[in-house]
Amino acid sequence: MKQKNILSQVKGLTFRELLYNNEARAFFFQVATFLLIAGLFYTIVGNLFDNIEARGIHTGFSFLKNRAGFDILPFLGNYLQDYTPESSNLTVFYVGLINTLIVAFIGIIVATFLGLFIGIARLSNNYLVAKLAGGYIELFRNIPVLLQIFFWYNIFINIFPHPKKSFSFFDIVFLNQRGLYLPKPILEDGILFVLIAFIVGIILTVFMKRYFNKKHDETGVYTRTLGYSTLLILGLPAVFFLLLGSPLHFDLAVLGKFNLKGGMQVVPEFIALTFALSVYTATYIAEAIRSGIEAVDKGQKEAAAAIGLTQTQSLKLIVLPQALRVAIPPTINQYLNLTKNSSLATAIGYPELMGAFGGTVLNQVGQAVEILGMAMLVYLFISLCISLLLNFVNNRMAIPER
Amino acid sequence: MKQLVKLSVATILVAGALAVQASTLSDVQSKGYVTCGVSKGLAGFSAADSSGTWTGVDVDVCRAVAAATLGDATKVKFVPLTAKERFTALQSGEIDMLSRNTTWTITRDASLGLNFAGVNYYDGQGFMVKSSLGVSSALDLGGAAVCIQAGTTTELNLADWGKQNGIDYQSVVSDTNSQTLTNYDSGRCDVLTTDASGLYSMRAASNDPSEHVVLPEIISKEPLGPVVRQGDDQWFNIVRWSLNAMITAEELGVTSATVDDVTNNPERERLMGRSGNTHEYVGLTPDWTYNIISQVGNYSESFERNIGINTPIGIARGVNALWTQGGILYSPPFR
Repeated sequence: MKQKNILSQVKGLTFRELLYNNEARAFFFQVATFLLIAGLFYTIVGNLFDNIEARGIHTGFSFLKNRAGFDILPFLGNYLQDYTPESSNLTVFYVGLINTLIVAFIGIIVATFLGLFIGIARLSNNYLVAKLAGGYIELFRNIPVLLQIFFWYNIFINIFPHPKKSFSFFDIVFLNQRGLYLPKPILEDGILFVLIAFIVGIILTVFMKRYFNKKHDETGVYTRTLGYSTLLILGLPAVFFLLLGSPLHFDLAVLGKFNLKGGMQVVPEFIALTFALSVYTATYIAEAIRSGIEAVDKGQKEAAAAIGLTQTQSLKLIVLPQALRVAIPPTINQYLNLTKNSSLATAIGYPELMGAFGGTVLNQVGQAVEILGMAMLVYLFISLCISLLLNFVNNRMAIPER
Repeated sequence: MKQLVKLSVATILVAGALAVQASTLSDVQSKGYVTCGVSKGLAGFSAADSSGTWTGVDVDVCRAVAAATLGDATKVKFVPLTAKERFTALQSGEIDMLSRNTTWTITRDASLGLNFAGVNYYDGQGFMVKSSLGVSSALDLGGAAVCIQAGTTTELNLADWGKQNGIDYQSVVSDTNSQTLTNYDSGRCDVLTTDASGLYSMRAASNDPSEHVVLPEIISKEPLGPVVRQGDDQWFNIVRWSLNAMITAEELGVTSATVDDVTNNPERERLMGRSGNTHEYVGLTPDWTYNIISQVGNYSESFERNIGINTPIGIARGVNALWTQGGILYSPPFR
């Protein structure tokens, strides 16, 4: 329904007629409302800055260039940004951003698989499995996520041993109350070729898969490809790796005076946060998956059984592809929630955006409006990106309507 | 249309009202209590007991201001704040004053729109470790994980000190005092660092104080004092001179017990408002100092009652003794 041009409707009317013209009135009130909202917003922002000025609080973004002067718990952001206390406040912003993104990324992957698994399990014919999945959902969905973060964090730092008595897996991987210590890969010259070989292996596998699929369509001969794929994806880089004289070493953690030194430390704050967020968000994703599966017509499963597909095949080929169409939109919401909830990490001291930048920098600098404004824009931007990406996926998956 | 006009007028009025700042003193007197920002619980400085009564040397500054302005030291509403929340709470007017073991620095004084009204405790940053570690000097802490509270000068001092002494450490930052302590107790980190007074307070509150050692190194100057908003000089003066009254009373030997006995001593008479008209300059009644000393006590009484050598915290006066007794505590004269 298209509105007619307002001008053509009110042309040639007297003032009095104009006053009683419905369209003109509606137009007037819309403009007035808009002006009122804009004016109100303008006054509030103006007032805010006047008051800040009047109270002698420093304003502007020059603080971003200043030396930060404090240390941040070493994690991914520190490594990628080479952070030291000499770095600027802007670097703290990037460190926080990276730490937020890694939680969101890992959290979304874990929550998706866990949610998928629990969602399917909930509809299992096995009584125990179905009830366990149901219990899981009811338990974790109904406890505030902040409480869960505290809980897992305090569990972690209390049940695992002191660094001097770490759980050790062949002296390669260590687990103690200060985190999980993995071997840290040290790259050397030539590793690039191994990486290229790996990518080439993947590309060749895709082509091979297409070829055999085509052959299957044309002749009905099915070829098992798993062996070939493994050979291409893992074997090819392995050959290069050995030819180039193993251009990769691992730095293992060793016990120092107080702590394990070296290696790649995954801090307990990260583990607890990601775990809590994944476990919590998975309950909602599980429910979305369940509703998706239940939305698939019963006849579809019966038909699948009738043509001799096994339970697994029926789930993989018939039910899930249709269920996902229903499940994707609510799942997108949960991805957004997980990303936003990651800001609760400030409670346990994980240095993400709100902890490191919106917390420590804010306290050292004191410019709440600028700093919180920046943080808000970042969360808005991340959320819109996820939303855009998944809407794109959703459009591809949705049934084309004519 | 009429409603629209009314609405816009109301909007403008509300927006205008936000810009006007009332005098804090008249504000306090009309609502009948002082809103004072304190810590979430630091024994001896500001902590609430099981019945909700707040005690501590920081709390006593709030009470002194309430006694001076309202004549009743109990008329204080305490707002427990984290280190991160404290300045915003004061800037936004949620509290009238902040008395929460807060370090006076030039950045805070000059760029946050705040004024420090004095120093009620001269502190310095120290380290506490478990006795079982066998560490006797902070210089042996290379490679250790350090528990620290977010949003404090402590974080900055530690980074400077680590750089100066070439000590590599890992900082584990928490939002609240209690989480910092939990981290230290559970062994998430080896060392706890904060102002030495805070360390003594936490050690006293632990199950077995002998399990913890406060290391001898003090790595910073931490003058702690009450803070007010910039732009209300009258209120600033009241807070500053309420604290000074407690210090001067100790110097002149006036205690809550001897507060009536000031005759024939001109200095005591001036302090107690028996002569002169200094009360007019700060806009209070002549008995304002009398109320402070009789209800809260002088500085020494407050110190010994809350953190002194005979309390579980057990801090000696040290630099916090009067300037006449080897310390640096010094109040400008009441005249």
